[in-house]
Amino acid sequence: MVGAHRLTKRFGEFTAVDAIDVEVRRGEAFGFLGPNGAGKSSTMRMIGCVSPPTEGSLRILGLDPATDGPAIRARLGVVPQRDTLDEELTVRENILVYGRYFGLSRAQVNAKADELLEFAQLGERAGSVVEPLSGGMKRRLTIARSLVNDPELLLLDEPTTGLDPQARHVLWDRLFRLKRSGVTLVLTTHYMDEAEQLCDRLVVMDGGRIVAEGSPRELIALHSTREVLELRFAADDHAPYAAKLTGLADRVEVLPDRLLLYTDDGDATAAAVHGRGLAPLSVLARRSTLEDVFLHLTGRTLVD
Amino acid sequence: MSAVNAIARALPIPAGAGLARALVERNARAFRHGWVTLVSGVFEPMFYLFSLGVGLGALIGDVDAGGGRMVEYAAYVAPAMMAAAAMNGAVYDSTFNLFFKLKYARLYDSVLATPLGPRDVAVGEITWALLRGLLYSTAFLVVAAAAGMVSSWWAVLALPAASLIGLAFAAVGMSVTTYLRSWQDFDYIQLALMPMFLFSATFYPLSTYDESIRWLVQATPLYHGVAMIRDLMLGDVAWGILAHVAYLAVMGLVGLVFAARRIERLLLR
Ligand SMILES: Nc1ncnc2c1ncn2[C@@H]1O[C@H](COP(=O)(O)OP(=O)(O)OP(=O)(O)O)[C@@H](O)[C@H]1O
Ligand SMILES: [Mg+2]
Repeated sequence: MVGAHRLTKRFGEFTAVDAIDVEVRRGEAFGFLGPNGAGKSSTMRMIGCVSPPTEGSLRILGLDPATDGPAIRARLGVVPQRDTLDEELTVRENILVYGRYFGLSRAQVNAKADELLEFAQLGERAGSVVEPLSGGMKRRLTIARSLVNDPELLLLDEPTTGLDPQARHVLWDRLFRLKRSGVTLVLTTHYMDEAEQLCDRLVVMDGGRIVAEGSPRELIALHSTREVLELRFAADDHAPYAAKLTGLADRVEVLPDRLLLYTDDGDATAAAVHGRGLAPLSVLARRSTLEDVFLHLTGRTLVD
Repeated sequence: MSAVNAIARALPIPAGAGLARALVERNARAFRHGWVTLVSGVFEPMFYLFSLGVGLGALIGDVDAGGGRMVEYAAYVAPAMMAAAAMNGAVYDSTFNLFFKLKYARLYDSVLATPLGPRDVAVGEITWALLRGLLYSTAFLVVAAAAGMVSSWWAVLALPAASLIGLAFAAVGMSVTTYLRSWQDFDYIQLALMPMFLFSATFYPLSTYDESIRWLVQATPLYHGVAMIRDLMLGDVAWGILAHVAYLAVMGLVGLVFAARRIERLLLR
């Protein structure tokens, strides 16, 4: 569906995307995970054929964006990071008009609008203008709008940022259903849980480069341990405590507010910590997540 | 269609999907929510016409419409008001409205994610400006005719002529708008329009000017617009009118291609 080879995007001197290789297969959900400024949106805009690559090759749906932009975009659905709803139109008109941009007939867009308003649970607000809608409603409308042309490939740039937990779960459910019906999903996110829930495969980006790729499980297995023990001490600086913990875990990560001990058995390690006479304020043993993978690869947390 | 596409590819014209009409439809829908502007667009030139043509005209009497032909002052300024209204309407649409859509509403960010390309945006917006302009100029022509200021059936051609003026100014206005940074910059546009409105042989004949500066007046686009519509409304048509048509058509087409390229540069980065 998407094939990028040494894909590069520069803005002036600044390299936002640095020679990345990406292969997205039909029917899968593919994720770009990375901190602010990693180059996720820049990559998504290139895939969406609204930003020409500076270097490298890019093929989407077997076509070249440089020459077949309109033909490719006709088969894409795009949810940009920032909602770009048409505030001069009503909720329903937003879908109608967007469908017309794809050359759909009036009858087609009318039928689609009913279906999508239901999908987005916005039926009651169909006639209202967009401006007073809540952030979550706008997001759902943006996503509904992107489906008006029955896209084969759906590009979602941080689809659930700004949504409350319930709305996120509803949206994940919708995306699952789309995927089951054969739509290929490409999404970016800061959220590990989102990536773990939705993505079959993902790449971790940092500073315009891909620093790791694989399925969430593979990445965790490769770059982290099975469990993580989080310790908080009553001190501003956690570094001195790390020295006292040597040998207890595969690896110790020092964060400003806590220590992370990478281990295969969190409870056993917790017992060993107490055995050394240390008394942390709080102790939490949890499963390893992609956040830990990211921390290990870049030395930084994803959401700061 | 493939021939058109082949030509479009050979020329430095930005891509489009031939779906500009979808954008026109979008504007028509948005317009339904804000139809008040329609009223001002219709009435402004009429107010000018009656205050200047009828009011001032009573003091001035007849004027020389060129070649020694004397006409009532109202019949003399009516074509100029129509041409100026076509210019103002097109400029308003392609500057204020476009700037808002470009910078604040970010309308084209969503439009360009669909098959529509920069060419469709330029063609769609300008078509919309022309359709609105056509509405205004039709209303104006009907009123002017009813008031006895039109003396020839040639005047019907003043409608497409006004659209041509609209095309020329909308295309250039759109190009200029892509360079604007803030609302303050709009003062420069007013600075260019105001003298054109006053001095393009709108209110008095070109012969009033000294020989040495006539060329300057004749170089401005509104002069050609006014002269073209005046010829038509006074039924004074000769081959020379084609020069006005050519001037405005070239300005419109060059402006259109340039505007599309600017939109491409600005939004598809
Ligand atoms: N149009 C532009 N002009 C100049 N620099 C840009 C432009 N777009 C993006 N950048 C820069 O490219 C870098 C990557 O930006 P990008 O938006 O792709 O990051 P991101 O991974 O999406 O970040 P976030 O998580 O904050 O959305 C940033 O440093 C940004 O400032
Ligand atoms: Mg982003």
